[in-house]
Amino acid sequence: MTYILIIISAVFVNNIVLSQFLGICPFLGVSKKVNTALGMSAAVTFVMVLATFVTYLLNEYLLEPMHLTFLQTISFILIIATLVQMVEIVLKKVSHALYEALGVFLPLITTNCCVLGVSMMALDLPSKFSFVSETSLGLAIVFAFANSLAFGLALTIFAGIREQLQLTELPKRLEGTPISLIAAGLLALAFMGFSGLV
Amino acid sequence: MADIKNLTRGIIKENPIFVLLLGMCPTLGVTTSGTNGLGMGLATMFVLILSNLFISLLKNLIPDKVRIPAFIVIIASFVTIVQLLMEAYVPSLYEQLGLYIPLIVVNCIILGRAEAFANKNGVIDSIFDGIGMGLGFTMSLTLLGLVRELLGAGTIFNYNIFNLFGISDPQMMLVFILPPGAFLVLAYLIAIIRKN
Amino acid sequence: MAKIESSLKNMVISLLVITFVAGLSLALVQQVTQDPIAKAHEQKQVNAIANVVSEFDNNPLETKTRIAVDGDSLDVYTATKNKEIVGYAILSYTNSGFGGLVQVMIGFNPDGTIYNTVVVNHQETPGLGDQMTTEKFRSQFKGFDFQKQKATVKKDGGDVDAITAATISSRAFCNTIRKAYCAYNQLTNNTASTDAESGATK
Repeated sequence: MTYILIIISAVFVNNIVLSQFLGICPFLGVSKKVNTALGMSAAVTFVMVLATFVTYLLNEYLLEPMHLTFLQTISFILIIATLVQMVEIVLKKVSHALYEALGVFLPLITTNCCVLGVSMMALDLPSKFSFVSETSLGLAIVFAFANSLAFGLALTIFAGIREQLQLTELPKRLEGTPISLIAAGLLALAFMGFSGLV
Repeated sequence: MADIKNLTRGIIKENPIFVLLLGMCPTLGVTTSGTNGLGMGLATMFVLILSNLFISLLKNLIPDKVRIPAFIVIIASFVTIVQLLMEAYVPSLYEQLGLYIPLIVVNCIILGRAEAFANKNGVIDSIFDGIGMGLGFTMSLTLLGLVRELLGAGTIFNYNIFNLFGISDPQMMLVFILPPGAFLVLAYLIAIIRKN
Repeated sequence: MAKIESSLKNMVISLLVITFVAGLSLALVQQVTQDPIAKAHEQKQVNAIANVVSEFDNNPLETKTRIAVDGDSLDVYTATKNKEIVGYAILSYTNSGFGGLVQVMIGFNPDGTIYNTVVVNHQETPGLGDQMTTEKFRSQFKGFDFQKQKATVKKDGGDVDAITAATISSRAFCNTIRKAYCAYNQLTNNTASTDAESGATK
């Protein structure tokens, strides 16, 4: 039950992109077509879950016991960067089709702040959810997965809207980024309707 | 040689937010008030200047193939230093900005300037570039924060301007402080500022 | 100086040196800021306490005790003036805020009414839930008397005016108030011998 609540809360109520503003760069950058949006979401899901798994263990068994939590930022970002590289190399060797599909998005993920943000938030879930009493590896991974779903959902919906936007005539000043941001604002407004659900 | 253009470029012509559209996450996330925008801008500027300085100094000592991880380590160190200093000396701002401080690491502006500018130019030029870009970023964040604060809460830097006119309890447009307002205000500011 | 080439040896050495220097300087900064950070946290508690109880002349941080309420434990600070108890400051918290954790410092007069409240920590939505930090919302708890008033929002049959469009945050705030009152009751029962008069009014 806790797992389901976390997923609903992360995907709808506190959507990582639309209400917490993490991962805005890819949200605006690779959302011109639904297909690329789906590819990016898949790559993010992969890296985010893997990264949270590793960073959680690192924090729990190395940084916390040795009182080195001030090294969190630097060690987490290095782990994420390394993981992205490794995933890229492994994919290239193992599955060429998958590499073709996800490869171009992987380097972008290192500087995608939602991966770093989620891996940090996953360390302290009880202060985020009233129904979680203590953190655990399982919950952290579910949290990461839920947030990657949230990212994918926002990205895909937004890409759908932008595909339509390209066909409309607009005042010159609003073309491109401004109208996309307005669309994102309206989408965020729509998602606010979910608040209070969990 | 040092060129004053490197200083001014980031402020208007290549403003990181309104023109280059870099570093959107903190831009939208923390600008619920002018003070927050200013604080975040200054913290980012500090990191930007120091990372530009060190990267331009060390650029010949870092082999090309490992430059990205090396840059990330340098940037992350400065971010952690800022984080610790803020926690010690401006704890209230530190709590307001929260998670967004460590996330300065993944702010595209910093890695972007390291890669595009500091890695190719001299020390003085890189510092100028850092100051210029940092100022541009800080000003944009403060502007965005001020607009949202004014429309959403009726205050400017926490100072209630409606009291001046004798209106004690104004009904403000809350949506501008909430997440959708961030997108909308930024959209219109870009539309107003852009050239064509 | 010419750029050094990307041989394995050079790459390993330069990365090692950079991470080593980075780690070293971070450790240094951490050492330097450790005390100011601890002091800043302490100062925040002291400020919060000073806001929620009437004037005192002891150091409340030294009187810190923990009291268990519903499986959580709350920190309780006692403020005294000329050795007389002038109030209790209770750091109450709940995870049921809209953004999760809400921490409120609640000050009780010796007669069991609330002197004042201060929100110490919250992650509520700016503009909505964070209105709980405003004087406008908190002032209704000044002099709050649990004998006559009920610390739940009006929607739930209580006496508290909720923040517009932020019922969840208001409920969370009330929750911390009720928890603190439980702690206060336990406290005054325990210290009844030293503080008989005020304990008896409960």
